[in-house]
Amino acid sequence: MNIQNMILTLQKHWSNQGCILMQSYDVEKGAGTMSPYTFLRAIGPEPWNVAYVEPSRRPADGRYGENPNRLYQHHQFQVIMKPSPDNIQELYLDSLRALGINPLEHDIRFVEDNWENPSLGCAGLGWEVWLDGMEITQFTYFQQVGGLECKPVSVEITYGIERLASYIQDKENVFDLEWTEGFTVRDIFLQPEYEHSKYTFETSDTEMLFNLFNIYEKEAHRQMDEGLVHPAYDYVLKCSHTFNLLDAKGAISVTERTGYIGRCRNLARKIAKTFYEEREKLGFPILKAKEENSHE
Amino acid sequence: MSKDLLLEIGLEEMPARFVTASMEQLSEKVQKWLNEHKIEFGEIRSFSTPRRLSVVITDVALAQQDIQEEAKGPARKIALDENGNWTKAAIGFSRGQGMSVDDIYFKEVNGVEYAHVEKFIKGQSTESLLPELKNIITSLTFPKNMRWANEELKYIRPIKWLVAMFGSEVIPFSIAGVETSNWTYGHRFLGSRVEIPSPADYVVTLLSQYVIADAAERKSAIVSQLQKVEEEHHWVIPVDEELLEEVNNLVEYPTALFGRFEEEFLELPEEVLITSMKEHQRYFPVKDQNGALLPYFVTVRNGDHQHLETVARGNEKVLRARLADADFFYKEDQKLKIAKALDKFKTIVYHEEIGTLAEKVARVRSLTAKVTSELNFSEEEQKLADRAAEISKFDLVTNMVYEFPELQGFMGEKYALQKGEDARVAKAINEHYMPRNAEDHTAESNPGAALAIADKLDTIASTFAIGLIPSGSQDPYALRRQASGIVQTLIHKNWDIKLEKLIALSVEFIAEANFAKLSLEELEQELIAFFKLRLKHLLHDKGIRYDIIDAVLSGTVGAVASLVRKAETLQLKKDEAGFKESIEALSRVVNISSKADSIVEIDPGLFENEVEQKLYDRYLEVDKTISSNLSEEEYFNLLVSLKDEINAYFDKTMVMVEDVGLRNNRLSMLAKLAQRIKAFADVTEIIVK
Repeated sequence: MNIQNMILTLQKHWSNQGCILMQSYDVEKGAGTMSPYTFLRAIGPEPWNVAYVEPSRRPADGRYGENPNRLYQHHQFQVIMKPSPDNIQELYLDSLRALGINPLEHDIRFVEDNWENPSLGCAGLGWEVWLDGMEITQFTYFQQVGGLECKPVSVEITYGIERLASYIQDKENVFDLEWTEGFTVRDIFLQPEYEHSKYTFETSDTEMLFNLFNIYEKEAHRQMDEGLVHPAYDYVLKCSHTFNLLDAKGAISVTERTGYIGRCRNLARKIAKTFYEEREKLGFPILKAKEENSHE
Repeated sequence: MSKDLLLEIGLEEMPARFVTASMEQLSEKVQKWLNEHKIEFGEIRSFSTPRRLSVVITDVALAQQDIQEEAKGPARKIALDENGNWTKAAIGFSRGQGMSVDDIYFKEVNGVEYAHVEKFIKGQSTESLLPELKNIITSLTFPKNMRWANEELKYIRPIKWLVAMFGSEVIPFSIAGVETSNWTYGHRFLGSRVEIPSPADYVVTLLSQYVIADAAERKSAIVSQLQKVEEEHHWVIPVDEELLEEVNNLVEYPTALFGRFEEEFLELPEEVLITSMKEHQRYFPVKDQNGALLPYFVTVRNGDHQHLETVARGNEKVLRARLADADFFYKEDQKLKIAKALDKFKTIVYHEEIGTLAEKVARVRSLTAKVTSELNFSEEEQKLADRAAEISKFDLVTNMVYEFPELQGFMGEKYALQKGEDARVAKAINEHYMPRNAEDHTAESNPGAALAIADKLDTIASTFAIGLIPSGSQDPYALRRQASGIVQTLIHKNWDIKLEKLIALSVEFIAEANFAKLSLEELEQELIAFFKLRLKHLLHDKGIRYDIIDAVLSGTVGAVASLVRKAETLQLKKDEAGFKESIEALSRVVNISSKADSIVEIDPGLFENEVEQKLYDRYLEVDKTISSNLSEEEYFNLLVSLKDEINAYFDKTMVMVEDVGLRNNRLSMLAKLAQRIKAFADVTEIIVK
């Protein structure tokens, strides 16, 4: 099964479970969790079921397209369900079946893995899912987001698309993966992998990046003061990506590192809190709509 | 009349490391509940898999035991009024006991007659009490808890089903929206939902659904499968207990299988291969008859024998990618120069409040130099230790240690050798992390042991200095383990450096670094108290009696090895004839010496009798002998040999006389002798009967 069909299959599967199929969010980010569709929507009592593909940029993992397993940008398939359904493990395993993975022919295990993202004030408990010894999915019950206790609890399922594909297609090199008939990952992504790696490690303007971080941070604070959560959050994402670029280049000493992460975290916490308050002011509309529906 | 009881908590996969303890907890709590409720039972068996915790109890009585007891009430004169009628007190008493005044009889207690009733409490039916088991399930505690969906309950993982049966009847209750039933779930893929006819059928029912519920049985199944693989291929598969335990708690129906990897990877250091297999993939490495690693691994699948080739191939692919990564890192690391690595330390924060890694290493280096000089190392060994200290942490910036943090030290030794360092320096780099855990041994070489002590001591002292002192279960930096490591190393090397001296040296460098939140006196005191507590545990583990431990730890610690031998000497001698008398005599000296306000030069001209002179002579003798190299036992024997002179002294001499000059002379002599005694142990702490 090629990657395109994998994505279509997963979309169909989770769409059938009542998930909104969202498109990738258009600001650079390191993981699907950082999308506002996860980070913000996991906050508060409103139900929320979504699935989306998220291109995830990890500048430090850039290898000029030379490493068979590491990418500057890989893809995650992200599912969020709030509240976490009782049969979520079964739903997940069904998605593997839909991808042609028959559990009886493999060894599938749920191995403890607790997840923490201190820069976003997030923590969760769950597993990494092993398929014949390979970690193919992160499965997490969010306990805290942006420093706020999750009530109800969301479950997050993150498939590593390239990982899973390399198993399904039995390929040793990620660039050999078929994206769709006639196109491999190499055809589509090799050049950007090379160029982004070169940019990250060699040609990026460090001083400009430092300036951008400060500008983005300032703008995030300014928009927060206006009570505009989403524009502010976009700038936090930009801060985070700029920080990752600087960090990958080795421009940030370990001492400063903590400081920068702290600055992102403070913003993220503030935004989480404000998002909750804004939704509360609106009377948690999704929750209200659902309750009204169920009364009819 | 009895029935069997079954309780099963069905869960989403629990963390493997918590399964066994949780199972034991459930079993203990159920047992305790039965005992407290006076419900008799036969045998209790507990079961666990990644998805279930359960107990089966045989022959549980159908009712609590009846209780027959006598209750005592008011005295006769209070129970009856002047007319011989029952008073309110008597009525109240009988009612309170669930009886009437007709049941009251009088009985004498200590010469006074009191109202009594013979009480009989009929045991309640077990069935009516069993729903309380719900509270046992919700009262289980776990190291890490979570919430799920809309539930308030915090638990190890979401509860999926509950089985609670008394005989073939379901015990009704519900937790977090889950109702009890007599239906359980089999293996996630091979089994299905299944009805349990009765508790006695629990194990068989699960087995029919591909679940081996008995953890011990499952473990021995894995072991025998491993043995079979060993025999078939003439391999040796060393079974690491910890790994076996973890693997056992990751599967409900184990099937061992093997895979292979490319022979060229065998060129990687063995530790790298083993870590990749064991820590990251939970594989058992395979060796040949001579103990050399072979390019194979054994993994235990949660499933049956079907499609094993697919599973093996998948696992091979994962391991290949991991080893290819490791190989890449290994080759990259060859390019790194040690000097370049050390350069990076300036930008690596060791701890935000303590400073950079460069500063940490500089302190350890200075401390190592002081320690090796105090210990009179040869000039060559001092140099080796210094170099080892300087580059002790260089492997922290290698790719390999970044990927495999548990290989710190191992890689340091490997790389240092490759980069042309002295083999003894390389060895010391590895040794300075020892003992790595409770089972590990201590550093063998002199430079390695000195560095191990300096590094650990600096870690403890600097962490204490910023106020992070372990308390209760809080010891995030494992400082207790590090302190024990220092103590064990000192004992093993039998070095006679005083612990107080070591601490003072370390604190000196902390003081220079200027980050301490505690005053230096506080810091030293806290450190000494901390180490004394470690020593107390160590002596306790050696089976030393608690009062002897207190006696040897009451003053300064001094050289740790010597302290341990003192404790062992006392422990050995305590049952010998004359021990009591000797300790009593020595204690008299120590006790009275506390009355000495100031110690004066002893003037033998002031002695009034020969026993005074005699004891003084013996003191001088002791003083002289002690400065030579006495073993702890010889020291103690020497003290004990003073017994007769001490007793004679106190028989004939009045110490606390009016004459100040005379009194001070006597007290001073006893105080000096007491010092010598206390240098061994505070004998007054020793309990003699």
